[in-house]
Amino acid sequence: MVEVKNLKKSFGNLVVLDDVSFNVQTAENFVVFGRSGTGKSVLLKCLVRLMDPDKGEVVIDNKNVLQLSLSELNELRKNIGFLFQGAALYDSMTVRENLEFPLIRHFNFTPLEREKKVKEVLERVSLELAIDKMPSELSGGMKKRIGLARSVISQPKLMLYDEPTTGLDPITSKEISELIIELQKSLNMTSIVVTHDLLCAKIIADRAIFLHDGKIHGEGTIEQLTTADDDLLKNFFTDQHIDSNNRSK
Amino acid sequence: MKFADSSNPELTKFEKKVNEFFETISGLSLFSILFLKNIFKPPYEIEQIRKHMDELGIKTLPIVSVTGFIIGLVLTMQTQPVLARFGAEAFLPGSVGISIVRELGPVITALIFAGRVSSGIGAELGSMRVTEQIDAMEVSAINPFKYLVVTRIFACTFILPLLTVYVIFIAFLGGYIAVVLVQNMSIEYYTGAIVRAVQFGDAIPGISKTFVFGFIVGVVGTYKGYTATNGTEGVGRASTTSVVISSLLILLFDMVLVKITLWLWPTV
Ligand SMILES: Nc1ncnc2c1ncn2[C@@H]1O[C@H](COP(=O)(O)OP(=O)(O)O)[C@@H](O)[C@H]1O
Ligand SMILES: [Mg+2]
Repeated sequence: MVEVKNLKKSFGNLVVLDDVSFNVQTAENFVVFGRSGTGKSVLLKCLVRLMDPDKGEVVIDNKNVLQLSLSELNELRKNIGFLFQGAALYDSMTVRENLEFPLIRHFNFTPLEREKKVKEVLERVSLELAIDKMPSELSGGMKKRIGLARSVISQPKLMLYDEPTTGLDPITSKEISELIIELQKSLNMTSIVVTHDLLCAKIIADRAIFLHDGKIHGEGTIEQLTTADDDLLKNFFTDQHIDSNNRSK
Repeated sequence: MKFADSSNPELTKFEKKVNEFFETISGLSLFSILFLKNIFKPPYEIEQIRKHMDELGIKTLPIVSVTGFIIGLVLTMQTQPVLARFGAEAFLPGSVGISIVRELGPVITALIFAGRVSSGIGAELGSMRVTEQIDAMEVSAINPFKYLVVTRIFACTFILPLLTVYVIFIAFLGGYIAVVLVQNMSIEYYTGAIVRAVQFGDAIPGISKTFVFGFIVGVVGTYKGYTATNGTEGVGRASTTSVVISSLLILLFDMVLVKITLWLWPTV
């Protein structure tokens, strides 16, 4: 489904991604670990050309993303959902308008069909009552849910998540992670999840990579990564463990 | 879209400022070109344009009304004794009218519009940029430049001339009040005097240049907002720099346009 080859991206002198390659199978849940500032968001943005990488190749659904024209790219993007770190809800629109926005523009649904779709997807994220609220009236967790609903409403084949649980309390984190898995199963999507939250990854991941200094440092199941005999990985996961213990106190 | 890089850490503060200046100039030109390229391509986003025009009108109407009224009033109060000194009081409505139509109405309305609207657009788009709402639009295959930028520039360009015409009339009203306070003059005589004095060659260039001013406000606000970086701090900067830059550009273009006008319509 997704093939990334030798991806490179730098800003001025700062090399953020330095030769990153990986494959994601259809219907797989793929997790990208990494500390803050290692370029996880940059990686996701390069996949959908929100940023252009300097070098390398990205193939999604057998299409070479970096060589598509804008209209071809937009066709591809209609099949991709993206949940941004802060949910990125349009703050001048109600929840309903947020959800309808992609539908109105890309599909010829009647208003009734649209209404049905909106209600259905809100039910999936258990927020039917928020339909007429403005984003500013929602809590962080609720925003994430609505963001999730907005990304899946057009039934994408591929979902990209940028730190879906960062900034949420452990219980909400767990709920969101479970929701992601549930949606992934029922809509049969492929997912790439960028995170530094081990709890979230444990729930979601089929397979994971660890990004460090612009390179992939370790690849495998969560089990394999957490038990690997490698200082970097050990450090990363031990800190996490203490961190999550502190949080639950 | 690529913009030159002023964030290079090796530059001195002065070099950065200079870089930033040229970046802004080239960015504004690029935005103007992209606007012209996009405006004729469907979808036309008429709904959005109407919404923005409504909002801009409602937002600026109270302040431009008050300003227009006071400008007309004060200008008349100031001019009256001067003309009286030369025994030329009969020219009062006409001379004040010409100043308002040719220069004060358009420029003052534009400057207030810049202060109110350009900062608002800068902040609005800036916060959409830093909270990734613009990215979200782009990945859902909607052209954010068209939806957010083109519609706003268009709305600014066409609402400002309307506001200016309105302000000019309000200023005439203010002027009449000032006249009546010191001498007896019927409203018919007052309007008649203005109509006789203000010629086509005064009104057309006066109003026309406000299309340019409106365009400037729209382009500067959207450019600063759309390219904002550095979180909430960047949003604040986008908002304040938009006001400064658009006000300066309005005055600069006013100078150029006045020169061109005088050359095209030499006044007797
Ligand atoms: N548009 C940009 N311009 C310059 N530097 C950037 C830009 N976007 C990200 N960076 C830099 O790239 C690095 C990685 O950022 P990011 O991908 O956001 O990290 P994270 O892994 O926390 O998501 C950071 O050092 C950041 O400062
Ligand atoms: Mg990030």
